[in-house]
Amino acid sequence: MLTMQFLVTGILTGGIYALVAVSIVLIYKATRIFNFAVGEMLALGGYFCYSFVVWGGLPLWISLPGALVMAVIVGALVERLVLRPLLSQPLLTIIMATLALSVLLKGIMLMVWTGYDVGFPKNLLPGKTVLVGMIAMSHELLWAFGITLVAFAGLAYFFMKTRTGLKMRGVSEDHELSMACGVNIVTIFAVTWMLAAVMGTLAGFLMGYRLALAPSYTPLLALKAFPAVIFGGLESIPGALIGGLLIGVIEGLVGGLIDPNLGEVSAYILLLLVLIFKPEGLFGLKRIERV
Amino acid sequence: MVREVVDILAVNQIEVFYHNVIQVLKGVSLEVREKQIVSLLGANGAGKTTTLKAISGLLKAEAGMVTDGDIVFMDKRIDRDLAHKIAKMGIIQVLEGRPVFQHLTAEENLRMGFIGSGGEKDIQKHLELVYGLFPRLRSLKNRTSGFLSGGEQQMMVIGRALLSSPKVMLLDEPSLGLAPLLIQGIFKIIKQINEERKTALLLVEQNALAALEIADYCYVMENGRVVMDGPADQLKENEDIKEFYLGLSKVGSRKSYKDVKHYKRRKRWLS
Ligand SMILES: Nc1ncnc2c1ncn2[C@@H]1O[C@H](COP(=O)(O)OP(=O)(O)OP(=O)(O)O)[C@@H](O)[C@H]1O
Ligand SMILES: [Mg+2]
Repeated sequence: MLTMQFLVTGILTGGIYALVAVSIVLIYKATRIFNFAVGEMLALGGYFCYSFVVWGGLPLWISLPGALVMAVIVGALVERLVLRPLLSQPLLTIIMATLALSVLLKGIMLMVWTGYDVGFPKNLLPGKTVLVGMIAMSHELLWAFGITLVAFAGLAYFFMKTRTGLKMRGVSEDHELSMACGVNIVTIFAVTWMLAAVMGTLAGFLMGYRLALAPSYTPLLALKAFPAVIFGGLESIPGALIGGLLIGVIEGLVGGLIDPNLGEVSAYILLLLVLIFKPEGLFGLKRIERV
Repeated sequence: MVREVVDILAVNQIEVFYHNVIQVLKGVSLEVREKQIVSLLGANGAGKTTTLKAISGLLKAEAGMVTDGDIVFMDKRIDRDLAHKIAKMGIIQVLEGRPVFQHLTAEENLRMGFIGSGGEKDIQKHLELVYGLFPRLRSLKNRTSGFLSGGEQQMMVIGRALLSSPKVMLLDEPSLGLAPLLIQGIFKIIKQINEERKTALLLVEQNALAALEIADYCYVMENGRVVMDGPADQLKENEDIKEFYLGLSKVGSRKSYKDVKHYKRRKRWLS
């Protein structure tokens, strides 16, 4: 019974990791850049939402969309000011630039929101802990899971049904060919960063609501999504979802049944094993090769 | 009879460098007139693909640059424009080696080619047109493109270019690696596109015989320069072309090393 409880809590928490993971995957797919500032970007999104709620006294249904709009602006600015000037530079340079960006964003957060923990009011989202049989599901985790599912459904719709979504899929396969098809790939990159910032902000808000926000440890949440990303195979969006949930489950089970400290590192141990035995991840795109 | 002909695309004495140091084109000029099929012949490494990429703007993504001369399309200078802008103006390059978006379905590949601002109805209209030309693509439309055969991929790639209703299509070796029967089919379609849709074509080919057959005008490149040009039926009769591009020699005997040397001499004279 206890096992079931840890399993369920793990799945629900995993949704947040999945959001972070997909934020990384979106950017990697389109640009081959691994965004090391993902943690800071999501924390910043969380802080925007916090500011609207606590400083602005606005209801959540305004604050969260407001934070997402801010995220879009941040995403666009990052692409325009950091990535675009480096467009033809070696990949390593660009990845280092995302590291620099993470330091910069952390500094800004410390200046604006200080280094102390801040939290959302606990009754921000309606609902109480739900009991199914003997299994308890806290309302913030249920919300987190629901928001994750809606976000992924939205992404699926965007990629499968819209013209911009199709272009993004094209760009993720071949830059030159996309340009030859008249796609402005720089615009697509900008859209990608905005979308990634939106996913990160959702994760930042949910994480902040569940625990608290602090410039020191909220960005570390992204570290937990790294194994999820690699499990998923770096390029797969469904992989990011499943990878995220898997990390949540592993952490929940190992942490609950064996040792909370082991729970924290369990995902990394498993990640090492995956990298050794299946380096393309569990859901990586199979390269199509006709003979 | 004097007929007004307009050249919609003119390349004037362009020089192209890669990475600022490797000079590949050393003053290339050519023009494509309305509704014309122009073919560009030349040995491997002559600079044919580079010429096409200079026109379509794709050069810039490879650290290539037009350093001298200019390219004019419908009275507008385009050599400094970015590839997606040039595509929107109506010049579409069909890349060498028929690259496809492997993980997209055939129809999604075609849709990638759509550039216009029209809605779904407009796309459907264009898709129907392509399916009319290539009925086979209709039955394959939900297949993952990476698994299509070479011939099917070539149809898809040409179809994709058509989805934007280009004014000029730049085709880079469409027959490469296809069986002879398929090549015939592709060239028939190219001719058909040119006649029915009034699309002007700049066609790079190794298959000189087939290219000369459908082209109106022809340029021959060597080493980054245009060394010969003329109406296609005239070039077909040219002794050099016969010998070195069509593989026919006067006496019909196999070429010997001496002939090659003779060719070199003549080539120098040409350039
Ligand atoms: N991106 C690049 N960087 C540096 N050099 C290049 C680049 N692309 C092509 N070249 C060089 O430019 C020359 C011309 O190449 P190009 O591809 O235009 O020839 P081509 O006539 O199309 O040949 P082929 O018939 O083999 O396709 C070659 O010597 C090639 O090595
Ligand atoms: Mg070539």
